[in-house]
Amino acid sequence: MWKLLKIELFKIFKRPRTYIAFGAIAAIVFLIQVALKFDGKSYVDLLMSNLSGSFEFSDEFKDKLLNGYLICFVILNTLLIQMPLLVALIAGDSIAGEANMGTLRLSLTKPVSRTQYMLVKFAASVVYTLALLIWMAALALFGSMLIFGTNDMVVLRSEGIEQMKDFDVLWRYMAAFGYAAVALTTVSALAFLLSVFAENSIGPIIATMSIVIVLTILSEMNIPIYDKTIKPYLFTSHMVAWKGFFYVKADAEGTTINGSIENLPAVLRSLGILMAYIVLFFSTSVWVFRKKDILT
Amino acid sequence: MGSIIRVDRLTKHFRDIKAVEDLSFSVEEGQVYGFLGQNGAGKSTTIRMLLTLIQPTSGSIDIFGMNLQRHRKEILRQVGAIIERPDLYKYLTALENLRIFATMSGIKISEKKLMDQLAMVGLEQRANSKVKTYSQGMKQRLGIATALVHDPKLIILDEPTNGLDPQGIADIRNLILMLSSERNKTLLISSHLLSEIELIADSMLIIDKGKKLVEGRVNDLFDPAETVVELKTTNDEATFEKLSGSGFQEFVQERRNDCVLLKLHRNRIPEVLKELVRMEVNVISLHSKHSLEDYFLSLTTGQPHVEAPKN
Repeated sequence: MWKLLKIELFKIFKRPRTYIAFGAIAAIVFLIQVALKFDGKSYVDLLMSNLSGSFEFSDEFKDKLLNGYLICFVILNTLLIQMPLLVALIAGDSIAGEANMGTLRLSLTKPVSRTQYMLVKFAASVVYTLALLIWMAALALFGSMLIFGTNDMVVLRSEGIEQMKDFDVLWRYMAAFGYAAVALTTVSALAFLLSVFAENSIGPIIATMSIVIVLTILSEMNIPIYDKTIKPYLFTSHMVAWKGFFYVKADAEGTTINGSIENLPAVLRSLGILMAYIVLFFSTSVWVFRKKDILT
Repeated sequence: MGSIIRVDRLTKHFRDIKAVEDLSFSVEEGQVYGFLGQNGAGKSTTIRMLLTLIQPTSGSIDIFGMNLQRHRKEILRQVGAIIERPDLYKYLTALENLRIFATMSGIKISEKKLMDQLAMVGLEQRANSKVKTYSQGMKQRLGIATALVHDPKLIILDEPTNGLDPQGIADIRNLILMLSSERNKTLLISSHLLSEIELIADSMLIIDKGKKLVEGRVNDLFDPAETVVELKTTNDEATFEKLSGSGFQEFVQERRNDCVLLKLHRNRIPEVLKELVRMEVNVISLHSKHSLEDYFLSLTTGQPHVEAPKN
């Protein structure tokens, strides 16, 4: 099994197209970091403008605000919307790409069971997703920490602001990246499932993105009838729950409680729903693939 | 010698399309077995069922005396195959492709052995070139190397000479003959070209519309000395009349298009020529055709060009 996984990873990382995603992430992160390095104050002013009616912020506070942690939060907010496309590029190609190249039929004449083949293929796309996230974490988090330094972190919400102490932030990012890995694996599993039905990779990639876009719009829409009937069951409604790690509890005086998460059960429930989707998508793809006649 | 492949009443339907119908045959150990049929006759579907790529609707397949469904892994460990085109990872080198398929076949193989395998198909100089830079013939040879990398007992090649130039076809033919005679492999080779199969196969099966038409040893199905002569003259009608009234009456088959067909032993051709000169027939051309080619066509197209030899 390990040998087969090594083969899959070798094939993925030998393809030039694999590095498009790494390049795209590096470019976006770099552009955001450069922009905020040279014009960060304008950005902070813009962020604060929504709250300025009820809060008064000193210049010193604004300077402290613009640190590596906030920059990473901004990047994560931007990139985690685009990441599903990058993940679908590889997962959507997993089976359909092999069918298109004609290598699927040769691979399946080897003494490897179809279930084993699917497990290895899926594991490889999960590893790719993780590699992409680690790359993003290295650039967005550690890169920003190096460029902008660290300080207490402030997150803006519609209800007000969340403030976390410097030492209380890094673990939250680790948890958020872990959660993002599960969220992106859900997209990967969907693209993987669609890949089983197709004979070229464009179809599953476009179909995955279309589904993600439609469901995201549904998740974001404020239509009361959908709020309790559909939204809680859409995986897209739970993909942004990583932000929950940055919402903290406060004591009676309104002071932030270090190490706390405002609504951990909600975050865990979202995590469970995403995991259930992964199991559903993957087991369906194995079930379909085991019965499929290979005609390409 | 025992049966390496035993197919019993194999059937595959794709909804309303009957791709293979009640097909039974067996391949003996050490044989080169030709699997013939026109394009769309059901050859590839049958081969895909032999390789578990397609699930049969009914019937059974035993390979090496084991049921294919129940012993898939054990069987495929000893089978090497190319199905239609030798599609490989074009962005990888020949050596990398070979290593991948060797690992998937469950064997550990040294770099030297991989290079030996490439040398066998004449690709050792291009071992580190990406497959996308290969010609069709080179891809085909690399495909054969990947099929043989784990030293299988049974080799299944589906249309192995498709898209190859004459030299490429000759190279593949020689390789097949070498595998059979020197390495004692059992080979099942499908083709729609009879001329190709008869040069290499011991036995053959001809199918059409998914059904078996005939199966047997090539020598039993066909007398190599028997030939069909296509005779073109300035007046075919008169020639046909004259020959039908001569001592060669029994050899005259029919008048077709712009020629007269005769079926006879090769040794009798000079006599026919003498007779034509004696009858003052103006011969434009005399072309000796392979009678098995006509036999094959008569079986698969349903048009009896010449009388089929009896089995």
